[in-house]
Amino acid sequence: MKAVHMIIETNDLTKVYGMDGVSVTALENVNIQIEAGDFVAIMGPSGSGKSTLLNILGCLARPTSGKYILDGEDVSNLDKVQLAAIRNLKLGYVFQSYNLLSHTTALRNVILPLLYDRTRRVPQQEWQGIGEKMLEAVGLGDRMHHQPQELSGGQQQRVAIARALINDPVVIIADEPTGNLDSRSGEEIMGLLDTFHKQGVTIVIVTHDPIVAAHTQRTIHLKDGHIDTIVHNGSSSHPIAKKEADYAAI
Amino acid sequence: MQPSEVLRIAWEAIGKNKVRSLLTMLGIIIGVAAVIIMIAISAGTEATISDQITSLGSNLIYVSSSFSRMGPGVAGSSGGLIYDDATAIEENISGVKGVVVEQDASETVKAGSVSLDSISITGTSPDFLSVRNLTLAEGRFYTADDITNKKKVVVLGFDLAQELFGNTDAIGQTILVSTTRLTVVGVLAEKGTVGDVDYDARLYAPISVVLQKFAQTPFSRIMGDQIRMIFVQVDDTADMDNVILQTQILLAKRHNVSLDSLDFTVTTQEDIIATQESTTSAFRSLLAWVAGVSLIVGGIGIMNIMLVSVTERTREIGLRQSIGATPTDIRWQFLTEALLMSLVGGMIGTAVGVGGSWLFGTVSSMRTVIVPSSILLAFGSAAVVGAFFGFYPANRAAQLDPIDALRHE
Ligand SMILES: Nc1ncnc2c1ncn2[C@@H]1O[C@H](COP(=O)(O)OP(=O)(O)O)[C@@H](O)[C@H]1O
Ligand SMILES: [Mg+2]
Repeated sequence: MKAVHMIIETNDLTKVYGMDGVSVTALENVNIQIEAGDFVAIMGPSGSGKSTLLNILGCLARPTSGKYILDGEDVSNLDKVQLAAIRNLKLGYVFQSYNLLSHTTALRNVILPLLYDRTRRVPQQEWQGIGEKMLEAVGLGDRMHHQPQELSGGQQQRVAIARALINDPVVIIADEPTGNLDSRSGEEIMGLLDTFHKQGVTIVIVTHDPIVAAHTQRTIHLKDGHIDTIVHNGSSSHPIAKKEADYAAI
Repeated sequence: MQPSEVLRIAWEAIGKNKVRSLLTMLGIIIGVAAVIIMIAISAGTEATISDQITSLGSNLIYVSSSFSRMGPGVAGSSGGLIYDDATAIEENISGVKGVVVEQDASETVKAGSVSLDSISITGTSPDFLSVRNLTLAEGRFYTADDITNKKKVVVLGFDLAQELFGNTDAIGQTILVSTTRLTVVGVLAEKGTVGDVDYDARLYAPISVVLQKFAQTPFSRIMGDQIRMIFVQVDDTADMDNVILQTQILLAKRHNVSLDSLDFTVTTQEDIIATQESTTSAFRSLLAWVAGVSLIVGGIGIMNIMLVSVTERTREIGLRQSIGATPTDIRWQFLTEALLMSLVGGMIGTAVGVGGSWLFGTVSSMRTVIVPSSILLAFGSAAVVGAFFGFYPANRAAQLDPIDALRHE
């Protein structure tokens, strides 16, 4: 059996906002483990700390205390420049609002992370080819030179997914990726993430939508900055039924 | 990120808001153009002065009538300078190498079928050639004898000879100046324009002929022939100030005036240069102010628009940060944009400045010489302004928190 490779491991992760005066504890002693190849959803009511957790996992913010080990490296106390390098090399983001550069073709949007790669893992002459391959992988082989305003929401989110994957990250962090989409486009996006998950990509996704969460293997429910429950979804072939079954089992 | 990519992003950002960018660049454009024009005028003035020194020599004294008591031609006037004053200076003052009198007139000149209006006539004496560093292309200049005997001879400026006679030999031909027929004895070599005198477009006749035929006033008979100016060439070894003083004393005595109410003025080549410099220096300092103020205003404009740009693109900054841009990457991106904007402004300003300098030189009496290093200086100042005023907005962008930036609406 293959040795388990831990991608994300947190140890009493705590985030306190507003150190002076009124302080809000957004996260308190959160411990999670996410293995390579996992597909995990984070759910919870508004204000429960989902965004805060995702920002820390995405190395956009540092925890107030506790440890965050990403791909075997303690990143809890890295400085801005080191965090930028980690984001570039190890993480891929998918945002609710796509965040594509306007007036910029899909292809150039997709290869953007390669431009900020100081280690030059990919030589420049290969950028275009890799970008094209990624766009083909998300089903936009015929839209490479379109600009975001010429693409539908679902297509824009596909571009964003291609961009998130281009640096071959250890984990994809997605914040409500279907939040701005109609249910059909949302299902398509989730189908795409399923495909990449089956190819071995590790994905963490924040969502409000149980149908979206049902695509994942596990759902971490947050409440008031704590982990409330962790639900194993099992097979995703009958998402809702499965999920209800899981809830029933608890 | 590679510099070429940073440059490309900056260029695209500027291109997205063409009108806004152009308006922002306006201050830089004006500032840079003003720097180039200012230096072109300075260089033009210097070139004019050095031309004058090399062509006229620096040891000249100009004595000119000032009609201090009454207007010219008014009865009872002391009359200013008269022809005999020149002779007196030459005979009585030591250290004088040559004296040239000059009286100008303007008449219609005819030769065969060619007729030219308002041609300047310089009535002068034989020393004129050496005092003014002029040479003959052909023939001879008039002599002291020609002056004494009021010979009807004339020497033509180079261009005038061409206009009157074309390629045929002018020597020995006659021309009709007003109603007086003069024989051409010489043609000057090309000299061009010095100060505001075009030496090639005029004709030169013995002073005695000019005084008698072309510059006659009712009073010249009584008072002696009035002349506009006496040029005194001082020996290289003589003391200039001493010659000036002696001239003043001599002429004061001859004109019966006291030394503190002279009816003539004595100036030197240096005085004339100083006057020329002061007229252009006022203009130059005005342009220097315009340049300085425009560059600073332009810089503030750039800072302002860059702050707007940073705010507008906060989400883009957040996105770039999320995919790995460091604060340095972001800082460079916006600094490059500010710099590029000021350099493009500098480029447009250079075109305006070079064109403006040329236009100034053409339509005004000021001479302009475009100095290549002034373009470099102008570009340098534009770059400094761009970097200085771009730094604050760029730094602000660099210090944005990625989460706040991504959440920005
Ligand atoms: N930048 C911040 N400053 C202060 N308090 C914050 C900040 N961000 C979030 N919080 C607080 O932390 C708690 C968790 O917020 P958040 O992580 O956004 O929850 P969720 O995404 O689940 O709605 C909330 O009480 C929120 O008000
Ligand atoms: Mg939230």
